[in-house]
Amino acid sequence: MTTSATRSPVPRDHPAAQAAGGAGGGQHRTPLVTRLFGRQPIGMLLAAPYAVFIAVIFAYPIGFAVYMSFTDYYFTAPGVTVPHPFVGFDNYKTVLTDPAVLASFGHVGIFLILNVPLTVALSLGLAVALNRAIHFRTFFRAAYYVPYVTASVAVVAVWLFLFSSTGLVNQILGPLAPDPSWLVNSVWAMPMIALFVTWKQLGFFILLYLAALQNVPKELYESASVDGAGAWRSFRSVTVPGVRQATALVLLLAIVTGANLFTEPYLLTGGGGPDGASTTPVLLMYQQGIQQGKPSTASAIGVVLVILVLIVALVNRRLTERSER
Amino acid sequence: MTAPRIQAQPGDEQDDDRSVPVVVATVTQGSRWRRWLVMGALFTGAVVFLFPFYYMIVASLQRSPNTSVGGAFPSLGNLTLDNYAQINASLNLWQSLLNSGIFTGGVLLGTLVFGVLGGYALAMLHFRGRGVLFSAMLLVLVVPFQLSMIPLYVLIARDYGLGDTYLGMILPFAINSTAVFIFRQYFLQLPSELFDAARIDGAGELRTLWSIALPLVRPALLTAVLLTFIGPWNEFLWPFLITKQQAKQPLAVSLANYISTVQASTVNPYGAILAGAVVLAVPAVALFLLFQRHFVSTDLGSGVKG
Repeated sequence: MTTSATRSPVPRDHPAAQAAGGAGGGQHRTPLVTRLFGRQPIGMLLAAPYAVFIAVIFAYPIGFAVYMSFTDYYFTAPGVTVPHPFVGFDNYKTVLTDPAVLASFGHVGIFLILNVPLTVALSLGLAVALNRAIHFRTFFRAAYYVPYVTASVAVVAVWLFLFSSTGLVNQILGPLAPDPSWLVNSVWAMPMIALFVTWKQLGFFILLYLAALQNVPKELYESASVDGAGAWRSFRSVTVPGVRQATALVLLLAIVTGANLFTEPYLLTGGGGPDGASTTPVLLMYQQGIQQGKPSTASAIGVVLVILVLIVALVNRRLTERSER
Repeated sequence: MTAPRIQAQPGDEQDDDRSVPVVVATVTQGSRWRRWLVMGALFTGAVVFLFPFYYMIVASLQRSPNTSVGGAFPSLGNLTLDNYAQINASLNLWQSLLNSGIFTGGVLLGTLVFGVLGGYALAMLHFRGRGVLFSAMLLVLVVPFQLSMIPLYVLIARDYGLGDTYLGMILPFAINSTAVFIFRQYFLQLPSELFDAARIDGAGELRTLWSIALPLVRPALLTAVLLTFIGPWNEFLWPFLITKQQAKQPLAVSLANYISTVQASTVNPYGAILAGAVVLAVPAVALFLLFQRHFVSTDLGSGVKG
């Protein structure tokens, strides 16, 4: 953002600035136009479609969601107007006392507890390895990234096959296989979702760490080795602090992913099963809001979810900023 | 200062150059051992990442499902394309692919036209409301889409009656904000002298954008196209909400419905499901492999550096 301020391409009274201004709103040479619309008002025209898009698809629906969560909103036939009485915090009371909703937030917690450490450890480890490798770099990078670019629905299909009760994984494990099998086992269902997401997104985070590693000054490694630090020691005191910003981003994105989980519980564990052991807030929003026609409670779940995400993200940011000092 | 960075597009080669001296400089007995460890870890990782895809293809070609360890190797007697015929008969594969294509194409078109305009304006032009728009873009990147899912459903499917239409599918994704962000970052890196020169020569903003800025940010365009492509192509939740008729569903949705409902009624359900999964996976993976050299980590890095 700071770079944009320093990069003022054309001085105020430059002829080109006026030409650009003229294209936007007639041949005005008065500085009034500049004061009202900025130096290059044509920018408003160019950015208008995107601004309208954000207003219509993002801002208005979010306002609408908050409004719905405070009213008794229900679906009607198009064109029919019915009153949506204001009910205060009733929907929030319903949502926050619903054990199914509380359980779904707990499941996101389980997801984060498994996903974050696994992602950080595996992607940082593989990124460091990839950074040292000379041969096959391109191959490895591509191989790690393939799950990330593939549709969840497609890879969920293979996981269903691999982890079914008679699937390949259980065939290899033999008597060690859990019963009931992984995806229909209430203990394993949520950890399997965490594992699936970790596997699918790891490639993205490997590339993220790989990019961050390029920014760690080489001199730090040299001075560490001069000081007699071994590989592990220099990894801990040079690499790990050097990629802290990337780690903070992993945390933030993991929280956003956890808050967004839908496809996995819907398909991989057959609708948050078994017996609701792997439900997520978004799955409940779908079930309550669209299947059961209660958009008000669904919106309340959504608002609570976003508030929680923002709180956790802020705490996360505070923590990483403090440890940077 | 920024010009050379654009000329030498950062990619594999540069990364290699950076790492080689470090490794060569420290070839001792211990580090050779360590290099084997590194390669071992990398290969194990690659197997874990790629095996499910290999298995997806093998199992989609099996006549009868074989989940034993031996089934992971293709056997000539058990090979068939029947599963593909089966899934095609159940889903109308071509129609589903066409729907995915129209959905993805619409999003790509919207992002490339309006996203580039927006990114250019945000980077290069001074106009009222630029700061607000930039903050709004960042907010879109952070706030989960799911919050607006219910109201968007009410608006688009109920109020506007756009359920089961391509327009209804495309609208919430019409301009990819990540792509706008990438465009803006790349436009910012361009040397401003070029633009001053163009303006002095009397070129309008659109002409400057078309003949000067766009050719210089071609790598960003490719990255953004790839990124924007995999979004709608792989998207499940929104088209799943908005389409009820199978004739309008993209492949990800019709395959998911097939997985959760009809799988019991076929002879080899997993064979057919995996055949559908292969068809769904191939376009995105193929595009990525074709252009992966351009899909460079620097784009992600610019996000890390902040």
